[in-house]
Amino acid sequence: MRRMTWFNATSLTLGFAFLYLPMVILVIYSFNESKLVTVWAGFSTKWYGELLGNEAFLDAAWVTVQVAVASSTIATVLGTMAAYVLVRAGRFYGRTLFSGMIYAPLVMPEVITGLSLLLLFIGIGLDRGILTIILAHTTFSMCYVSVVVSSRLVSFDRSLEEAALDLGCTPFESFRLVTLPIIAPAVISGWLLAFTLSLDDLVIASFTAGPSATTLPIKIFSAVRLGVSPEINALSTIMIAIVTVGVITASIISKRATLMQQRDEQAAARTA
Amino acid sequence: MAQTVFAPWDDPNEKPLIQFRNVTKRFGDFTAIDNLSQDIYAREFFALLGPSGCGKTTMMRMLAGFETPTEGQILIAGQDMAGVPPNKRPVNMMFQSYALFPHLSVWENIAFGLKREGMEKDKVDARVTEMLRLTRLERFAKRKPHQISGGQRQRVALARSLAKAPKLLLLDEPLGALDAKLRQDTQFELVDIQEKTGTTFVIVTHDQEEAMTVASRVAVMDEGRIVQVATPAVIYEQPNSVYVADFIGDVNIIEGAANPSADGYDITWAEGQPILHVKTEKTFAPGQKCFLAIRPEKVGISAEEPTDAANKVQGQIIDIAYLGNLSTYHVKLADGTMMKAQIANTRRLSRRSLTWEDNVWLSWTDTAPVLLES
Amino acid sequence: MRRLILISVPYLWLLALFLIPFLIVLKISLSDVAMAIPPYVPTLDFAEGWAGIKAFFAELDFENFTFLTTDDLYWKAYLSSLQIAALSTFLTLLVGYPIAYGMAMAPDHWRPTLMMLVILPFWTSFLIRVYSWMGILSNEGVLNQFLTWIGLIDQPLTILNTNVAVYIGIIYTYLPFMILPIYATLEKLDGSLLEAAEDLGCSRLSAFWLVTIPLSKQGIIAGCFLVFIPAIGEFVIPSLLGGSGTLMIGKVLWEEFFNNRDWPVASAVAVVLLLILIIPIILFQRNEQKQREKEG
Repeated sequence: MRRMTWFNATSLTLGFAFLYLPMVILVIYSFNESKLVTVWAGFSTKWYGELLGNEAFLDAAWVTVQVAVASSTIATVLGTMAAYVLVRAGRFYGRTLFSGMIYAPLVMPEVITGLSLLLLFIGIGLDRGILTIILAHTTFSMCYVSVVVSSRLVSFDRSLEEAALDLGCTPFESFRLVTLPIIAPAVISGWLLAFTLSLDDLVIASFTAGPSATTLPIKIFSAVRLGVSPEINALSTIMIAIVTVGVITASIISKRATLMQQRDEQAAARTA
Repeated sequence: MAQTVFAPWDDPNEKPLIQFRNVTKRFGDFTAIDNLSQDIYAREFFALLGPSGCGKTTMMRMLAGFETPTEGQILIAGQDMAGVPPNKRPVNMMFQSYALFPHLSVWENIAFGLKREGMEKDKVDARVTEMLRLTRLERFAKRKPHQISGGQRQRVALARSLAKAPKLLLLDEPLGALDAKLRQDTQFELVDIQEKTGTTFVIVTHDQEEAMTVASRVAVMDEGRIVQVATPAVIYEQPNSVYVADFIGDVNIIEGAANPSADGYDITWAEGQPILHVKTEKTFAPGQKCFLAIRPEKVGISAEEPTDAANKVQGQIIDIAYLGNLSTYHVKLADGTMMKAQIANTRRLSRRSLTWEDNVWLSWTDTAPVLLES
Repeated sequence: MRRLILISVPYLWLLALFLIPFLIVLKISLSDVAMAIPPYVPTLDFAEGWAGIKAFFAELDFENFTFLTTDDLYWKAYLSSLQIAALSTFLTLLVGYPIAYGMAMAPDHWRPTLMMLVILPFWTSFLIRVYSWMGILSNEGVLNQFLTWIGLIDQPLTILNTNVAVYIGIIYTYLPFMILPIYATLEKLDGSLLEAAEDLGCSRLSAFWLVTIPLSKQGIIAGCFLVFIPAIGEFVIPSLLGGSGTLMIGKVLWEEFFNNRDWPVASAVAVVLLLILIIPIILFQRNEQKQREKEG
């Protein structure tokens, strides 16, 4: 019983306005001529020009992308392994500790994760830089990947793997040829999630980054601490645009895939 | 020319392909298979039949190598299978869910096992084409599993498991996912393919009709044991226990006491009911408790008292189940016992005379029932 | 063998980069601050063998934890973190429930789009979403301009750098975490149950109270935990939107570490924060587990 009453319509309208208005305002003010973000002084794209001329921001952006690509890729490999262990390995010594360590970082306050990793890096004398950020990001995002992948593995029809073994695969071949291609969408969304988390992270990066490497969120944070700045508005607009295009494209692709699948299945049912 | 009957199990010189030797399988406290020994011969179509949880699937999974016996030995072609992983066994399996790889086309699914063997490309092509022809799937080679119907998927699964020409093919409820009509056609197709390829088939099913249709021998299982192994006809006509008689088809069971008579036994069973006569080769002690099993189609029904019947009882029609080709009459005897009689509807409905609450006579010959100890 | 590799690689990684760092925090929380590099004593010296290890343990103490109880900055910060997290969780529920309800009642073909609209902010930078409110809530910000323009106020309201701004920030950034689990339970809700309730004499409102709310309880609980737990340790929101009067423990820890360079106290703050969090986390896990068992 679906009822689209005025109450529901209002709550949806207000709710989505609340979610989106701040970002819309942010985008609008990125095109403001005035340095004073609060006074509208005419349309201009000059802040985008200044942003592109700002070497420090560009450097930080480059570091951030490097860190995100590296950490999300390693995290996807480790997280998928961990998911497989959680769902398939059965009992082994220290299993409880293992699953605890997978879930704990999801609820651990970032300040604690950051602090503890920093103390480790200092303790073993590892110089802070890109490498330490990558290690830190890999550690927490592999846990997210393993949660995403293991939820897919749980619903995975095990007889597919048994069929592969039955047809002569070794266990590793059966993973490579059957399991991996089928769970690929979950692995990819795990990678995207890890990538986004890494791009986004301020707190852990602040603890683990050294003077040699600064990420974009650290740069943004130190800029906006002092107040609103139109350059940051421009930067935010670019980031929002990238994410929006990405998410909409992804949802169109997946919607099309579902439609194709449905059509195929209906066609198959007719020919039967 | 005398036709040779396929019955390797009666030939003492024949070597079995599969041997279960005192196999026991436990899952924790639960005993799935209880000290079971059984031989299965090459080219047999062997059916494991039983209710869910009777251990039939466990037997099959032990043959495939997905489970290992807790005790005992399984031999395939004389070789002990202990420690041999599934991918090294000369056995293939057709899964209940078909387990078709959704990301591969029909052709690639069938070729999957051949490629694992490292077979040359030309030979793979030839073999897959042969399998596609055998299962009449040529037109669908390029389709993905979700682009074909349930019946076609079932045939792909069969083709894939037969492609490697295994010594033994295991089929786990192969027709369970098909609707009734498609099921019947497919049963005959399965038998046909089994005969063409000469592969040994072991099928697991809970559907007695399916087992009877396809199998050369049927093993009826209950709680981890095989209760009876025999050809479908023997299972139906000469069940060795009430459990088997009751599991296969419809049956009337009468409990009584056996007393030897001139050419068989007299069965006394209920106060005020006539003594029943039955011929059997089995021997019973005087007064021994016994069960009389009579198939409903072997029971005659008539309004007048039959004159020449060996056994006859009187009762009242309580219910009539009209099945189209047959009608089953539920008749209540004077002592309250319910009996079923089944009559072929060779005459049109309006011409038949028996109806509800009619008093009728049920009758059967002295060779119709089977006398059982338990 | 393969199984061993499969298990040990992620296992060792997590041991080295999750568990051991945490043990280090625990150890440093028991140490004393010192003008040295690293800025605490004692340091473990394996060169001295067993005597060194004994001497090391002898010097560990709970001084930092005692210190946390004597200086009221800390316990006030813990209390106010809990209070801010609890109140903002409740407010997020009030804002989120009607949205989730509206989504669940929307026509089928709308729902994927609505779903995407809820998830989209989640993929957008957290920092940017918090930052976007700075331009709205400041004294010369969009909100004050608007309120002045419609004549509701003539003096700008001070919202930025107060706790109110922190509440708004938490509600805004964590709203999707509240909406999604509630939506998931409401979507599964069988509409005929409401019809049955109305058929049995409920008004629409009482049907909502007696049927919809109890049946969406699981979603409400999950949503509240998903907001409450991260909100306690939040750092970005209080430091950008809150003022000097906003006490939240994440911010205190950060300042203790970066500004005061007091590593032992920062570590002690972290350990206590974790102890506080363990209770809701265990409750949450229990609830999830019970739910899984119920669903079979």
